[in-house]
Amino acid sequence: MQISQAWIDIAYLAAASLFVLGIKGLTKPRTAVRGNLLAATGMLIAAVITLLHKDIVTYEWIIGGFVLGAVVGSLLAIKVKMTAMPQLVALLNGFGGGASFAVAAAEYFKGLDAAGAAGVLEAMAGQSTGMVAMIAIGAAVLIGSVTLTGSFIAFAKLQELIDGQPKGFPGMKFINLILLIGSVVAIGVLVNDPTQQVVFWSLVAAAAVLGVLLVMPIGGADMPVVIALLNSYSGLAAAAAGFVMGNSALIITGSLVGASGLILTNVMCKAMNRSLTNVLFGVMAEGGDAMDQDEVYGGKVRSSSAEEIAMILEPAKRVVIVPGFGLAMAQAQHAVRDLADSLEARGCEVEYAIHPVAGRMPGHMNVLLAEAEVPYDKLKTMEEINPTFEETDVAIVLGANDVTNPMAREDKGSPIYGMPILNVDKARNVVVIKRSLSPGFAGLPNPLFANDNTLMLFGDAKQSVLDVNTAYKES
Amino acid sequence: MDFVAQLTLFVLAVFLGFELISKVPPTLHTPLMSGSNAISGITLVGALLAAGHGGDSQTISILGFIAVTLASINVVGGFMVTNRMLGMFKRK
Repeated sequence: MQISQAWIDIAYLAAASLFVLGIKGLTKPRTAVRGNLLAATGMLIAAVITLLHKDIVTYEWIIGGFVLGAVVGSLLAIKVKMTAMPQLVALLNGFGGGASFAVAAAEYFKGLDAAGAAGVLEAMAGQSTGMVAMIAIGAAVLIGSVTLTGSFIAFAKLQELIDGQPKGFPGMKFINLILLIGSVVAIGVLVNDPTQQVVFWSLVAAAAVLGVLLVMPIGGADMPVVIALLNSYSGLAAAAAGFVMGNSALIITGSLVGASGLILTNVMCKAMNRSLTNVLFGVMAEGGDAMDQDEVYGGKVRSSSAEEIAMILEPAKRVVIVPGFGLAMAQAQHAVRDLADSLEARGCEVEYAIHPVAGRMPGHMNVLLAEAEVPYDKLKTMEEINPTFEETDVAIVLGANDVTNPMAREDKGSPIYGMPILNVDKARNVVVIKRSLSPGFAGLPNPLFANDNTLMLFGDAKQSVLDVNTAYKES
Repeated sequence: MDFVAQLTLFVLAVFLGFELISKVPPTLHTPLMSGSNAISGITLVGALLAAGHGGDSQTISILGFIAVTLASINVVGGFMVTNRMLGMFKRK
């Protein structure tokens, strides 16, 4: 069966509309599942209608690729642990960029094939003017390859296959600049003469190297920004592929994803008080006077026991739990939920304070707690929870450090000054559960630990919470 | 579709994207990212056209096959993992 281009375009419009409705569904947890199904329906429509396109004459490569992709995709989706979600998204960003690259490259060779050397520009003019088509191919190849290799480096850093420390060498920025300019020049050459296949492959290679070099100097703590940014790139690559093919569904979807990634990049940068340029070039804020750990903590840190903490919790009317990634690493989510249940059973109000960078990607901590069946309406954003700390009897800090450091608010000389933090120190009592006094990503001592109203409980997060819960139930 | 029409579509869709996505609450930012991975798998459409072109060129067929595989991973993996996560957010 073959159908006219008009019907195909209308089907693409329907698919794009379903994607928009799908994202709209994601604005509320209650409608989100339906939104995701709507978007999936849109994808099914777009794929099925494309199979009826007159240009599709053989199916073996399609079936092979789809079966392989579906098996790998579903295995990844079923097997992935929620703590490893940033790695999966990094990987999917890379595949998205790779797919756009491959589509654009295939279009390039189709153009060459169709016309032979002489009429290449005219052949590409079938979709739009030849020049625009070649520029679009160049953009899709450039952005797609950068996204592909950059995402793999991000994946390797998150999965700890390679060291998460920023890696660089003198002159790296200069080389990046040369690679970028070289890529743009290569696209220019190809616009003039598309038959220069060597130039095309040089463009691919330069972009691939650029992707690696762009992500290598970025440290582990900044990975949330990088994943969000590569998410945006993968959308832009898809949009560029849409320009190549003159396909409205690709253009609309690519721009939606591009915008989404940019918004999340911005959210993450603000939460870490870093500018995007600083993150991209691996610049850490310069410390004013480095604070001495002994000076901050000396003799003022009070170590405590599970029984003592249970005694503080006993009369509490309101408790706020402040989770960090350490909580997830210790697999303590369920233990925390059990403690919250015990507190609530005695009429205490329990809420969770979620800093935007509490996890390793935007919204990550929310997913980790949702997995432990913490109701999402108890998860409060920084803006919502900060005014309530003064009426909070006990704040329990679990595996979070830098995001509770009051120096970000008070000490103008501090490297993290200006970073938005959770005002945990305003609570009547603060309990910090932590293995040791070791610093967080920022490498700074945290004066919160030495406050008069702070008690430290040293130990493994999960075991400590279990002990506190047992002691609380007995009290 | 001519270039200006494409550009119009692109710019308007970017505006729509900003409006729409700034309304997604932080709680759902991770599913938003995996969900947008899934819908950016729409490149599958272009991939199908490349993989099924039926010409003699092995290069195009192989590039098409790679594109179909990668886009399918994104579509199938993206929607499935988003669904799995969102299932956890259901009100108890």
